[in-house]
Amino acid sequence: MDRNQEQSDTREPVLSLRGISKNFGAVSALTNIDLDVHAGEVVALVGDNGAGKSTLVKTLAGVHQPTSGTIIFRGKPVTLTDPSAALRLGIATVFQDLALCENLDVVANIFLGRELSPYRLDEVSMELKAWTLLNELSARIPSVREPVASLSGGQRQTVAIARSLLLEPKLILLDEPTAALGVAQTAEVLDLIERVRERGLGVIMISHNMEDVRAVADRIVVLRLGRNNGVFDPDASNEELVSAITGAANNSVSRRAHRRQAQSGQAPAPEGRQ
Amino acid sequence: MTKSAEQNAQTTPMLDRRDERVKHAEGIGGSIRAFLDRVRSGDLGSLPVVVGLAIIWTVFQSLNPVFLAPNNLVNLLFDCSTVGVIALGVVCILIVGEIDLSVGSVSGFASALLGVMWVNQGWPVAVAILAALVFGALIGALYAVLFNRFGMPSFVATLAGLLSVLGLQLYLLGSTGSINLPYGSPLVEFGQLLVMPASVSYVLAALPGIVMFVLGFRTATRRRAAGLSAQPMSSLLLRSVVITVVLEFIAYYLNLDRGIPWMFGLFVGLVVAMNYALTRTKWGRQMLAVGGNREAARRAGINVRFIYTTAFMLCSGLAAAGGILSASRLASASQQAGTGDVNLNAIAAAVIGGTSLFGGRGSAYSALLGIIVIQSIASGLTLLDLSSSLRYMITGAVLAIAVIVDSLARRSRASHGRA
Repeated sequence: MDRNQEQSDTREPVLSLRGISKNFGAVSALTNIDLDVHAGEVVALVGDNGAGKSTLVKTLAGVHQPTSGTIIFRGKPVTLTDPSAALRLGIATVFQDLALCENLDVVANIFLGRELSPYRLDEVSMELKAWTLLNELSARIPSVREPVASLSGGQRQTVAIARSLLLEPKLILLDEPTAALGVAQTAEVLDLIERVRERGLGVIMISHNMEDVRAVADRIVVLRLGRNNGVFDPDASNEELVSAITGAANNSVSRRAHRRQAQSGQAPAPEGRQ
Repeated sequence: MTKSAEQNAQTTPMLDRRDERVKHAEGIGGSIRAFLDRVRSGDLGSLPVVVGLAIIWTVFQSLNPVFLAPNNLVNLLFDCSTVGVIALGVVCILIVGEIDLSVGSVSGFASALLGVMWVNQGWPVAVAILAALVFGALIGALYAVLFNRFGMPSFVATLAGLLSVLGLQLYLLGSTGSINLPYGSPLVEFGQLLVMPASVSYVLAALPGIVMFVLGFRTATRRRAAGLSAQPMSSLLLRSVVITVVLEFIAYYLNLDRGIPWMFGLFVGLVVAMNYALTRTKWGRQMLAVGGNREAARRAGINVRFIYTTAFMLCSGLAAAGGILSASRLASASQQAGTGDVNLNAIAAAVIGGTSLFGGRGSAYSALLGIIVIQSIASGLTLLDLSSSLRYMITGAVLAIAVIVDSLARRSRASHGRA
């Protein structure tokens, strides 16, 4: 992506949320959420359990409808009535439990529900497109004609992400993409996210893993109890992030850091980063 | 020029061969090795049924030399076709991971409906057949409603259907208990006598090999043009030749007696059509997806309820077709039609042929292979003058073995990373 485009994109976000609230009966899961995502930007959504991350992503995926507030996608206010409406607009979601059919091969999974020429499946074109997508992501998939059951967790995540790219979305939502992955596979998926960003897509990524978040995110948006609780740079200190997530400057993590600082006279941040 | 192109091809390998970690089968020897690897990891395909068939035929042939005589095999094919069509429907429902226990009742009901409308009411036979098929499919639609709307397990819904549809059949036949279909009518001739002329059977036997080669050649050309690896011409040619030789020999052997029944031709035609629908259409792909992971299919935007509905309707529609064929084979619609072992034979045939009871795996050909196994056992035991009591026990045992093989293969596939 060239610099010019990046600058023009910075002015107008792909997605902006203004005052999004979502109530489930008496419980307000989201209150007045504001969020901007630009093209070619990875926004990490962090927060404790029950902070509303998943609700927010489901709202964007069209699974839930917001109680109030506006969603502006590529400059126009939109309503996401159901998952297919979100897909049509160009918002793709990769769910935490990948949703792949293990008995089908990689090509069939990537094209599931969107097969080419329905009465005489065009296997050659589909395989070609599958390889193109996977190669653009520099994915390491040994064979696209093996059932998905034979792939590792990281490779399955790759297939799921490649599938979400098939419809050429503008924004991609990743729900815990690195949960349940090993060290090497996590690194592969993080590389993949960077490559998606290089393609000029907006990425929203939910994660509990601060290390992963710092590694790829351009901005870190903290939610707490369904409200915005600060936007941070990836080089923000661990202390800042944790206090934003837990909502208290005096929490177990900061107390530990201060104790260490008093002992050694060092800054707390490196210790937090390990 | 050609040399540089060759070098070029070597430096930039084909799109799907760039990953050097993956072993690729090269040539005929490679294909055989890949096949053995697949079998070892539990991806058995139709191997168990071929081995089973060889054992069964050897045993029965040694006990009674009439068993493999052309005459007996022609009869076998006539008998295969009726339950085989039902088994084809069962394959559909098993692929989506559900079951229909009422296929026997539905087939009996269809034959009763045919008898009442055609013989008793004097409707044209074509209309009566069509009506029986439509009613059969409607029963499947009802199961689909119970399953989709009320979340009723297919096991229970079709078990209730088994009894209710049997009741309908008995009600239709009334006090007479059975209706004889007129001898000499085209339908009964079709079920009992009509065989292909020898010339037609040879042409039809040559067709699969030719079609396979032509389609394989076209696919290979397209794949090479697109920069993908393709099946080598030699192995494609070899396979086509082997298939043609085998089929022509079967045709020749059966033509020593009466020849190949048209009814069997119809059955094989349905199997081929179903195989195309399952492997080469969007609908078939979605059937396998729903059977493999229902939630994933739903999230991919597949209309899961529609897929279940088509599976249930095809299953009971084909069961009705099987009922019509067996009525024409027996020249009667009776209270016994579709009862007894028809139900289990149809389901057993699908499973023995290699369609998984757990959903997501199966092929139309499993109905063909499975029913040949089942009918071979039935025919062999009949030739040995054994009673149906023994036949039931032996068929039951074969079904149990088939399910055990399926179950073990599934476990082995899971540990070898194959779905």
